[in-house]
Amino acid sequence: MAVMTESAPGRRALDLNVSWTDIGPFLALAALLVVGYLINPDFLSATNLANVITRSAFIAIIAVGATFVISSGGLDLSVGSMAAFITGITIMFMNTVAPHAGSWAIPAGMAVAILVGLLCGLANGLIVTVGRIEPFIATLGTMGIFRALITYLTDGGTIPIDRSLREAYRPVYFGTVAGIPVPILISIAVAAVASFILYKMKYGRKCAAVGANEDVARYSGISVIRTRTVAYIVQGVCVAIAAICYVPRLGAATPTTGQLWELQVITAVVIGGTALRGGKGHVWGTVAGAVILELIANLMVLSDFVSEYLVAAVQGVIIIIAMLIQRFSNSK
Amino acid sequence: MSIAANIAGEGGSTLSSNAHGSLEPVLRAQQLSKQYGPVTVLSDVTLDVLPGEIHAIIGENGAGKSTLMRLLSGYVEPSRGTLSMSGHAVKFAKPSQAQDAGIALVHQEILLAEGLTVTDNLFLGRELSRGLVVDDRTMRRLAAEKLAQIGCVVSPRALVRDVSLADRQMVQIARALLDDYKLVIFDEPTAVLTGGEVERLLEIVLRLKAHGIAVLYISHRLDEVQRVADKVTVLRDGKMVGTYPGKTLSQMDMARLMVGRELAALYPERTAAPSDVPMLSVRNASVPGYAEDVSFTVHKGEILGFAGMVGAGRTELFEGIIGLRPAAAKVELEGKSIHFQSPRAAIDAGVGYLTEDRKGKGLLLQERLAPNLTLSALGVFHPGLSMGRRREAEALEQAVEAYDIRLKSLGAKAGQLSGGNQQKLLLAKVLLTDPSVVIIDEPTRGIDIANKAQIYAFIQELVAKGKACIVISSEMQELIGICDRILVMREGRITGEVSGAEMTESNVAVLATSGPKPGPKAKGGTEWLS
Repeated sequence: MAVMTESAPGRRALDLNVSWTDIGPFLALAALLVVGYLINPDFLSATNLANVITRSAFIAIIAVGATFVISSGGLDLSVGSMAAFITGITIMFMNTVAPHAGSWAIPAGMAVAILVGLLCGLANGLIVTVGRIEPFIATLGTMGIFRALITYLTDGGTIPIDRSLREAYRPVYFGTVAGIPVPILISIAVAAVASFILYKMKYGRKCAAVGANEDVARYSGISVIRTRTVAYIVQGVCVAIAAICYVPRLGAATPTTGQLWELQVITAVVIGGTALRGGKGHVWGTVAGAVILELIANLMVLSDFVSEYLVAAVQGVIIIIAMLIQRFSNSK
Repeated sequence: MSIAANIAGEGGSTLSSNAHGSLEPVLRAQQLSKQYGPVTVLSDVTLDVLPGEIHAIIGENGAGKSTLMRLLSGYVEPSRGTLSMSGHAVKFAKPSQAQDAGIALVHQEILLAEGLTVTDNLFLGRELSRGLVVDDRTMRRLAAEKLAQIGCVVSPRALVRDVSLADRQMVQIARALLDDYKLVIFDEPTAVLTGGEVERLLEIVLRLKAHGIAVLYISHRLDEVQRVADKVTVLRDGKMVGTYPGKTLSQMDMARLMVGRELAALYPERTAAPSDVPMLSVRNASVPGYAEDVSFTVHKGEILGFAGMVGAGRTELFEGIIGLRPAAAKVELEGKSIHFQSPRAAIDAGVGYLTEDRKGKGLLLQERLAPNLTLSALGVFHPGLSMGRRREAEALEQAVEAYDIRLKSLGAKAGQLSGGNQQKLLLAKVLLTDPSVVIIDEPTRGIDIANKAQIYAFIQELVAKGKACIVISSEMQELIGICDRILVMREGRITGEVSGAEMTESNVAVLATSGPKPGPKAKGGTEWLS
């Protein structure tokens, strides 16, 4: 209750007041590392950590995009099948142009991937905003469409990447720069750009406003349609970037690529502290969330306590705990 | 304090008996106090409510009225002090205990499930059943009876979504009265009501009194308090100023006691007459379902009022004009023909709109003040790629200073401000876009008298600077107090215009309720305009 108290110009005391939602994911990550070390000291070895974090990169990159969509009040279930679809299109394109263009097929393929991601995101965004269909239903629909398309394109089998490109493309997943695996660098770059957009640019304000209260945004002269559509486009581009990293890992596109990624992505975002109902997005929390998910899986493989078949169950428990923590920190 | 002493001297000590002769209070609160950590929000409130008595609680926002009400209805537990009902000590740990003890609370906000019927809502959580199935027929019959008792004519089968705001309020009251209560607490019951509806509500309150039920009536509308209250308890800054017999207090006395100092006049003195340079002119505006064929002109330096009942289509009309909902209208701004596709276009052209729903549509309550302040002006404020945080912080400091926004720290969230300060923040937010026409919908709904006076002064300053201002309000006194001219709307059409000495409550009320209903071709049309 704001009783008549002094206004205190110049005081920024509250800026230091960090909430559990802000630091929670990082504390959890730290705790997990300690627990992991106690269970198996190999866990903290540079090789193991580098491996785990590299593997989490796809989810992290897509989840950064999902942070935009969710903070703007949307949801995207199609990311997994979209990733498979983009992977397929990209490989087919590269294979087609490789005989003429040689290694140039790779950057061209990447450009095609980004373009396709952008268009997929735009389609999702327009269906949700202009078509006014619940994000859950709209992206459930496109999820089926993308998955069916990749199955159709691969004829139910796999499309391997052309032999001539394999070596040249390998470093995008397996290479390192200054000892750090490339996918980790890419996800850090993606998160850095995303946090600049969300926290420093006007768009970030609009995104949070639309997610927190659509009416307030509308009455403030913010275009809800444009803001949400852009969030889905960002999501599409992020999926494309993840797909680009993913191609050399498997060297092929298959109908099962990216299955259930949408669940991991949403889990990472929620663990990261972004509320599912929209509002402020937590980009770095999301990245921490993606790493936590992969660390837990890794820890279960390294330890003998729990069967690794239960990884999904443990991740499910984690998302529920994360939601409970949010609930209690909000009710105060 | 001397004022309090004066008035108390006239009658403060003769309160021991009442018309009903019963001396046993329904509710007695003694030294009731509430602390949150080191902050005392309410201290030593002592209060007796007798059967069949209407006891008003008044005070500015932040004076502790809501806290007191929450203590009495079991939402929070007191830090100190005791409560007794009809002589027996009681303690409420949760609202249901207060209900069981016979205390009903009519919330200020309308808390009904919109997708359910009126009957469903009345019986929500206490459905009657026969065996395993709910007894819809009996519930509908009882609902109809209760609604008829309080003079509400909605069908028990109607969906709450489809009934008017005023009827929803009545449904809420009927819900509170479903059981036999000894004490009914009304928390700002008339905040969303207009003229005739307020009358109906006051009748209900008087009917409760006649049945020997005690009523605690919390309101900002001092005229209502003066009309119905037997006793008035004044709170200020969490402390009790005193309890006075209602009839001995004038509205000015109440205002003085609430504020604790002499009040300057509520409505500011007009310093300059409006010009006759048209600023915004609207011709044949229609908003499907809400307003039809509305034309008006507001001039530079003029405050133009829009009066009417809730549901007369005033809000929707202006939402349509500025592009928030589908509408057709010929709009001229400073002589140039213009059409607002979106609120953005209206803001960019210099037309600012303050919504009536500051919590739902005006401010992001979970956000801090600075992002709220600059939300409409992101383009102006952050021209580059990256946002100018320092400029934003400066703007907030200026706004806090200029609009006298009282806050604990600049890092506070908008939801932590009191209603009056939220309204001032909203005003600052809209004015940050530097509009030449400011449309203010319900400028002072639910805010206290000191903040009201300030907001009227701000509106006055705006027009003195050559802006044009349109004020939509359901409080006739307010419009009469600040406007140069008032247009009255009824059922989506303008039914008349009053200005100068003709601006009286009765003239406005006649036009708003029973004025000649214009035919398909509005006979008023435009002839009485400019």
